[in-house]
Amino acid sequence: MNARIEESAMAEGYNFAYLDEQTKRMIRRALLKAVAVPGHQVPFASREMPLPYGWGTGGLQVTSAIIGRSDTLKVIDQGSDETTNAVNIRRFFARTAGVATTTRTVEASIIQTRHRIPETPLTEAQILVYQVPMPEPLFRLEPRVSESRKLHALADYGLINVKYYEDIVQHGSIATTYDYPVLVNDRYLTSPSPIPKFDNPKMHMNPALQLFGAGRERRIYAIPPYTKVRSLDFEDHPFTIQQWDHECALCGSRDSFLDEMIVDDAGARMFVCSDSDYCQERRAAQEDA
Amino acid sequence: MYVAVKGGERAIERSWDLLSSNRRGDEAVAELSVDQIREQLGLAVARVMTEGSVYDEELAALAIKQAAGDLVEAIFLLRAYRTTLPRFGYTVPLDTEAMLTERRISAAFKDIPGGQMLGGTYDYTQRLLDFSLLAEGGPRAVNTSTANHSAAQQEAMPRVLALLDKEGLIEQEKQHADAPEPGDLSREPLMFPVARPVRLQNLARADEGFLLAVGYATQRGYANSHPFAGEIRYGEVAVELELEELGFAVEIGDIDITECQMINQFAGSGDVPPTFTQGYGLAFGHSERKAMAMALVDRALRAQELGETVSSPTQDAEFVLYHSDNVEASGFVQHLKLPHYVDFQSELELLRRLRAGIEKEAQREHEADAQQQAHEAQPEPSEENAA
Repeated sequence: MNARIEESAMAEGYNFAYLDEQTKRMIRRALLKAVAVPGHQVPFASREMPLPYGWGTGGLQVTSAIIGRSDTLKVIDQGSDETTNAVNIRRFFARTAGVATTTRTVEASIIQTRHRIPETPLTEAQILVYQVPMPEPLFRLEPRVSESRKLHALADYGLINVKYYEDIVQHGSIATTYDYPVLVNDRYLTSPSPIPKFDNPKMHMNPALQLFGAGRERRIYAIPPYTKVRSLDFEDHPFTIQQWDHECALCGSRDSFLDEMIVDDAGARMFVCSDSDYCQERRAAQEDA
Repeated sequence: MYVAVKGGERAIERSWDLLSSNRRGDEAVAELSVDQIREQLGLAVARVMTEGSVYDEELAALAIKQAAGDLVEAIFLLRAYRTTLPRFGYTVPLDTEAMLTERRISAAFKDIPGGQMLGGTYDYTQRLLDFSLLAEGGPRAVNTSTANHSAAQQEAMPRVLALLDKEGLIEQEKQHADAPEPGDLSREPLMFPVARPVRLQNLARADEGFLLAVGYATQRGYANSHPFAGEIRYGEVAVELELEELGFAVEIGDIDITECQMINQFAGSGDVPPTFTQGYGLAFGHSERKAMAMALVDRALRAQELGETVSSPTQDAEFVLYHSDNVEASGFVQHLKLPHYVDFQSELELLRRLRAGIEKEAQREHEADAQQQAHEAQPEPSEENAA
């Protein structure tokens, strides 16, 4: 599935991967600091990108700063390579960096993602770049950045524990299903970006480097390979992930995150893997067998 | 049926085609040129330059054409281009006292040295639709003698606010000899607490509509600062750049700007007697609404520095400065158009589970009630029998 864009389609007049080298250096410095202090949000001088803020400008800048000519890029949005925003970002790098792109998780050296972690386990040779809308896990409880920075400095996470305690009292369980905050390396409370909590366990001790870019909020953070990542919970109410009564209608998977689709006017439903590559690979394997 | 999310690449290309034909409109009507926009939609060009943060009339006009007149989109186009430009250096601060003024008014004094100059303004046009503009290519009904007279005033005009200085009635904004270099918002992230130069940079790039609303709110009691339009001036100023090789500043061009200095009351504090304070606004081109609103908001944001109580969102620097930029705001509001299937699915699952829990609970209660009723109803016949 590798596709190298023709030279003629390359964007002219721009540096490799769009950003100028000075800007890339500034971003790499922020990335190094972020890797050194896992889960800590590092401010960086985010640039305007040719993509609206909130549509992946942070991920775009991180990818631009780390991508090289020999890299193979995969871009997913909601687990799929084919959604318009993923297509748009993949094309952007094909045009500005001329790198090879792929839809296969195993072939990619850099995977830029919005809202999912691939079902296929990642390796030490891969980097996962998350697009992050709100890097501050406490923003719903404390919108003032000057205050939340203090709470992080003091590791004072009482607010969110009280919020989750109240959830349990009111609903019987913690009522957060995506962007479920994690404690990284036993120190910083961190937003995993709006991935479903189903994906949270994949962050723990992951062999791949995980980088997070929030363009509009001007923050970068990271989870280095093999870092402890714990989803917030209580001893008597342990963290659990979503489960489905169905299997994927296409590949029969019972272990992947399923998207629900309404297929007729009567409201009939169909459940399909959200990770399009995972589903495709499974179907291909079934056909071979 | 699963193709709904596929074919993104072709769809995007078709969308580009549609967009460009929609922008062109009816081909029987002559195409608008960038020069026409630049010359005849000057106020739109000024807004795009101010909020796009680049003084380039041609590029701003191009952006307006490309965005089919959507100014926020045009501002975004210009910003995205700006970010790729190299930075040569910083100019010498503008000397607005040396402005070639085309318009200058003060609402604080009836007469001022240098005089009031009405200049071109929509203020007294009575807002009657001029149907003669419907007739294309009609003769220009401009009195050429007045047009020639409108040539800008040459001699330097002292600022009105400087006149109050002699009595020490108003704080003066002079460059401090050992003031730190101002920050650069386009090169550093916004961090709090934030110094006034950076606040002003943010407000200069801020959305005009947002500033207008926040400035208006200060007039309606949300941090009222009793403003007077001390001076509003519009005209041309020279831009100078210090060249290291030469050791002196060289003029690199002229730009049109609108400047507003508001005079605001200040009750004084323990150390300072009651005095007037300032709010400052500046915009590229002719844009009094923006400059005035900016001055109101600037003054409101000075609350902390002046020791006033911060009691309103208009005085809360984080609230105002984090939400003022329309490129950021427009992007994030509209990102809700992007698919959120996964998050929505997660919420669906939670909602169903919570409701199932409630239903189960209700059913259990219902059964318990029924059992209890049956239990209470049973002994009665036996009592009757006994009777």
